[in-house]
Amino acid sequence: MGCLTRLGRVNVVEAIDLRRTYKTTTGTIRRRSLEVEAVRGVSFEIAEGELFGLLGPNGAGKTTTIKMLITLLIPTSGSARVLGHDVVQDARWVRKHIGYVFGGDRGLYERLSALDNLRYFAELYAVEPRGQRARIDELLELVGLKGREKERVEGYSRGMRQRLHIARGLLHDPPVVFLDEPTIGVDPVGARELRATIASLTAAGKTVLLTTHYMFEADALCDRIAVIANGEIVAQGTPAQLKAGVADGSVVEVELFGVEEDRVERVRTLDGVRTATLEDRDQKQLLIVQTAPGLELTHAILSQLNGASIGRVSSREPTLEDAYVQLVTSA
Amino acid sequence: MTTARLLWVGWLMQMKMLARSSFNTLLGIVYPLFFATVAFFMFRAGDDPKPLLYASLGAAVMGIWGATSTAAGGSLAQQRWHGTLELLVAAPAHFALILLPTTIAMATIGIYSMASTLLWGWLVFGIDVQIGDPLAFLIAVPATVISIGALGFLLAIAFVRFRQAWALGNMLEYPVWLVSGFLVPLTLFPGWVLPISWALAPTWGIDAIRGAALGGSPWEDIAMALALGAGYVAIGVLLVQRTLRAARTKGTLALS
Repeated sequence: MGCLTRLGRVNVVEAIDLRRTYKTTTGTIRRRSLEVEAVRGVSFEIAEGELFGLLGPNGAGKTTTIKMLITLLIPTSGSARVLGHDVVQDARWVRKHIGYVFGGDRGLYERLSALDNLRYFAELYAVEPRGQRARIDELLELVGLKGREKERVEGYSRGMRQRLHIARGLLHDPPVVFLDEPTIGVDPVGARELRATIASLTAAGKTVLLTTHYMFEADALCDRIAVIANGEIVAQGTPAQLKAGVADGSVVEVELFGVEEDRVERVRTLDGVRTATLEDRDQKQLLIVQTAPGLELTHAILSQLNGASIGRVSSREPTLEDAYVQLVTSA
Repeated sequence: MTTARLLWVGWLMQMKMLARSSFNTLLGIVYPLFFATVAFFMFRAGDDPKPLLYASLGAAVMGIWGATSTAAGGSLAQQRWHGTLELLVAAPAHFALILLPTTIAMATIGIYSMASTLLWGWLVFGIDVQIGDPLAFLIAVPATVISIGALGFLLAIAFVRFRQAWALGNMLEYPVWLVSGFLVPLTLFPGWVLPISWALAPTWGIDAIRGAALGGSPWEDIAMALALGAGYVAIGVLLVQRTLRAARTKGTLALS
């Protein structure tokens, strides 16, 4: 088992200065070798029964970190332990005691039924043959696929596949579950059902590491969150603690039409502006500006956008998403 | 018991996947017929039916080898593409026990090719398949399938380590059937080729099948095919953990 936390709970997952470098090549005739640092010294602990979120944009190093923890990648340096066992030295032991679920369409045998997919993985995880059918039935019930289990997976919707992924990851009843963007691409209703299933895992006493780039998901589910950007953890704490980091400022939102990035750059140079991001929203754009406390910068912002076609302008309190944007853009 | 069960379920699931792909099945049936046709024209000389049956059986085993060499690479490339390769490696079962039934299933599905080739020879070229020793034939065929599957297993380990290694399977398809004597007798090759031929289980497998069908003593060949198959498995088991560790270090289990 891992060491005790200050609150007396056992650390189930420990990542200590994890680093991972990939070698890649460029060019066709004159080949050059490049080193890409995907993860640059990541450290965190997850206590028993905790739902820990690893939050970051695409390419931040979330999946690489999770793959080192589940023994699929060997760290370039640093170490990690799961339930006190080293993920490199005791890889087989670790594999027996963890479940791994990833998001998206991949990771299933399309030409097999859900039942056959589960039967096969039950064998790979040495689930007792006599108890296999009962365990599979129980999991099909849990993820809402009972009655559809004999259909081939190739006919399944994204949400159904994702639920099957979760059932597969839980076959051997692991105490630790790694979920890598499990709701990606799932429709809102399906995603809500999946979140309810994820929440039920910690209620059943499991320790969960969840990676996501959906802020509301991390906010709703996670006990603690680590924000990762460019391969480094830039902040760690409860959702409330992370929100508190930007709570002293305010946010100005401006609807725009066809504005260029150089005007946004001018907004960023204003005194008191912490971040300014431009998002495309259907036919329009939304400029989100985080400002320092006690400043009224709406007029200054609008004057920098002079000449642009401007729609609705509003001001609001910061959210976890704003905290995330500030952390990630300043990394 | 657990190991036997794992091998059986792995084989069964792979067979289900392969048998459910109608395109692959069609390819497995039709593709070898072209080689068989060329072989029949080459060997159709005189009134002696034996050379034609000799060619027919050679073309049939070519189908089994072809199904294994190309499909093993293709299947692992697909597993990498679909993300299932990582899940197999992340499972606690010994990876050799996961991979071996997969390649044996591929060799088994090659029996489609064998059946279609023999049927084609009978229907179009009037080659009567008269088996001299049916019992030996019934043992020689699965022994050949298993030993070819074991050779595919050895190849598949390279496919796990290197992302582009599936091309190796395609590249080895023709040289192996050539030096295994599927169509051309080994006596026609220069002496230095023979040790390579003897190290290949398909050489002994086809000799066993021909021995059982055309008359002769196939038992020694069956034993050699199985012994070589067991040797490939033993080498594979020794290599697989080292290969997996290299793949985990280099990060080649996934596409990204």
